[in-house]
Amino acid sequence: MLAFKLAFKNIMGAGLRTFLNIAVLSFAFVIIIWHNGVIDGWNQQARKDTTEWEIGQGQVWHPDFDPLDFLSYQDAHAPLSEALQSEVATGSLTPILIAQASAFPQGRMQGVVLRGIDPQQKILKIPAHLLEREDIKTPALIGKRMAQSLKLEEGDPLLLRWRDKNGAFDAVEITIVGVFDANVPTIDGGQIWLPLQRLQDMTGLPGEATLLVADESFTPSELSPWVFRSQGYLLSDLNAIIQSKKGSGAVLYGLMLIIALLAIFDTQVLSIFRRQKEIGTYIALGMTRRQVVGIFTVEGSTYSILAVLLGALYGTPLLFWLAKTGWAMPAASTDMGISIADRIYPVYGAGLVFGTVALMVIAATMVSYLPARKIARLNPTDAIKGKIQ
Amino acid sequence: METIIHIDKLIKRFPAGNGFFTALNNVSLQFGKGEFTGLVGPSGSGKTTLLNIIGSLDAPTEGEVTVLGQSIAHLTHKESAQLRNQSLGFIFQTYNLFPVYTVFENVEFALLLRRMPAVERRKAVLEALEWVGLSDKAHSKPAQLSGGESQRVAIARAMVKKPALVLADEPTANLDSKNSHNILQTMQRLNEELQTTFLFATHDEKVMNYLRRIISLEDGRVVKDERFVHTKI
Ligand SMILES: Nc1ncnc2c1ncn2[C@@H]1O[C@H](COP(=O)(O)OP(=O)(O)OP(=O)(O)O)[C@@H](O)[C@H]1O
Ligand SMILES: [Mg+2]
Repeated sequence: MLAFKLAFKNIMGAGLRTFLNIAVLSFAFVIIIWHNGVIDGWNQQARKDTTEWEIGQGQVWHPDFDPLDFLSYQDAHAPLSEALQSEVATGSLTPILIAQASAFPQGRMQGVVLRGIDPQQKILKIPAHLLEREDIKTPALIGKRMAQSLKLEEGDPLLLRWRDKNGAFDAVEITIVGVFDANVPTIDGGQIWLPLQRLQDMTGLPGEATLLVADESFTPSELSPWVFRSQGYLLSDLNAIIQSKKGSGAVLYGLMLIIALLAIFDTQVLSIFRRQKEIGTYIALGMTRRQVVGIFTVEGSTYSILAVLLGALYGTPLLFWLAKTGWAMPAASTDMGISIADRIYPVYGAGLVFGTVALMVIAATMVSYLPARKIARLNPTDAIKGKIQ
Repeated sequence: METIIHIDKLIKRFPAGNGFFTALNNVSLQFGKGEFTGLVGPSGSGKTTLLNIIGSLDAPTEGEVTVLGQSIAHLTHKESAQLRNQSLGFIFQTYNLFPVYTVFENVEFALLLRRMPAVERRKAVLEALEWVGLSDKAHSKPAQLSGGESQRVAIARAMVKKPALVLADEPTANLDSKNSHNILQTMQRLNEELQTTFLFATHDEKVMNYLRRIISLEDGRVVKDERFVHTKI
């Protein structure tokens, strides 16, 4: 307590230099929280959207299915086993059939992926019910990115050509009956959603599926040869990207933090040099050297505590405002391959805030302790005269 | 008279070049409680060195120094800090006040190291400031004080814990004649009222006029030890 009181007095006595140290440190503090808050907010939004729109509570895959290998789509399908069928009947699973095709928007040719979905499914947020159209032979849903890239609107026709299971080409004109707005690019870009049964007819694969999406009532059991992919497995790409974003951000604010810590280190080295007489006097008045080292170390920690307070002062309204208005993502970021909303709303968890405070205090204490250790080797009689180099 | 400092065949050597420099050479002295004594001698004769050893800021090379029953050579860092905090007061030529603290806080500092209740502490600080006539400057910062006032703050800081022994190294060297007399009278009064032992190192003729015992050092040896029944003033 004494050390804190002394430290506070001493660093306040240092005036402008103190203010600069504290300002830089508080800036690093706010940026760290903001940056991590944005990424955490993004992570939460991306997980939520991906779960709701694409992966559900996990998926059951045909053993040959590899989402990254388009060629695997040709063979990765099979009729549902009885066990799977009964899960589908209770609504715990919904089957999806995947096939490759070519689309011909405005006479161009473009490779697309066809996804057959049950119009009555309730597991994914995809508005499959729009596909229940008696009046249209092949109704189709697309996402807004796909609509933009193919320049299609609701009601527009689109020519599709695909190979059936025997490899024979066939063609049909589909009609866009809905454009959905999801932040999940993997169900949007290059994807065309058709009624499951229609796609099964087109491909000559009645009753077959490539994968099934689960809801929370599904409990994975022996499904062989089908394989269950947990939510964690399906989100691992997302996690990897989030981690790498965190890492690249850490470089930026790590640099800021280092500059701030160097400033404290420098201030400490200088002040220990300039304040030798004071150090000698502390010892003459009956402090042990360890206590004096403590005073100077606490002085450095006090910078970080004041920086946290200052950061809280201007950072709290700023961060709350940013959390409310969100952080607009540039249009190009939709090509990242993982879910990004147009706006990311940062989330500042208690762990993030306390962790950052702890990081600041520990780092500042360490850079203050290093120069302060010198005091322990100081000869008090020299220090009192202030003549050490 | 009760003896509070025993010095027996004290030798202090400092490393110098390839060999040693002997700053104190076979010094044997005793100091009683309530003395008002000065160490005098030319520059480099070892006055400061002797004060530092008595204050346990430095250690003897050879010989035995006992202060208030404690053998200086055998104290740990902590024990010597304890001795200084409990029983010793220091006054320096350059005052050595803490620039960022007020006069009150400078004096209070000596007591902060003891776990004394705040109310008692405040009383003691105000009393010490009264001794040196600076009650009205309690909230000033050292930079706002004259040299004489600064040294009086230093005296208050040394005296506030009512130590058995005050060590003052050239306390008047930076002061003019009027201020020198003023602080010497202050210390003389405290010496009489509180029975505090004062030990000075000095060149200053003005100081010598107040001393009741003068020990002359030359090249690290005691060459004269005179006592005066009454001060010369
Ligand atoms: N730390 C040290 N290292 C080496 N030599 C020292 C050290 N401290 C003192 N000395 C030497 O010891 C001798 C006595 O020094 P001291 O400071 O005790 O003298 P003094 O009598 O106080 O002189 P002054 O009147 O100038 O203050 C001097 O020659 C000095 O150079
Ligand atoms: Mg000297």
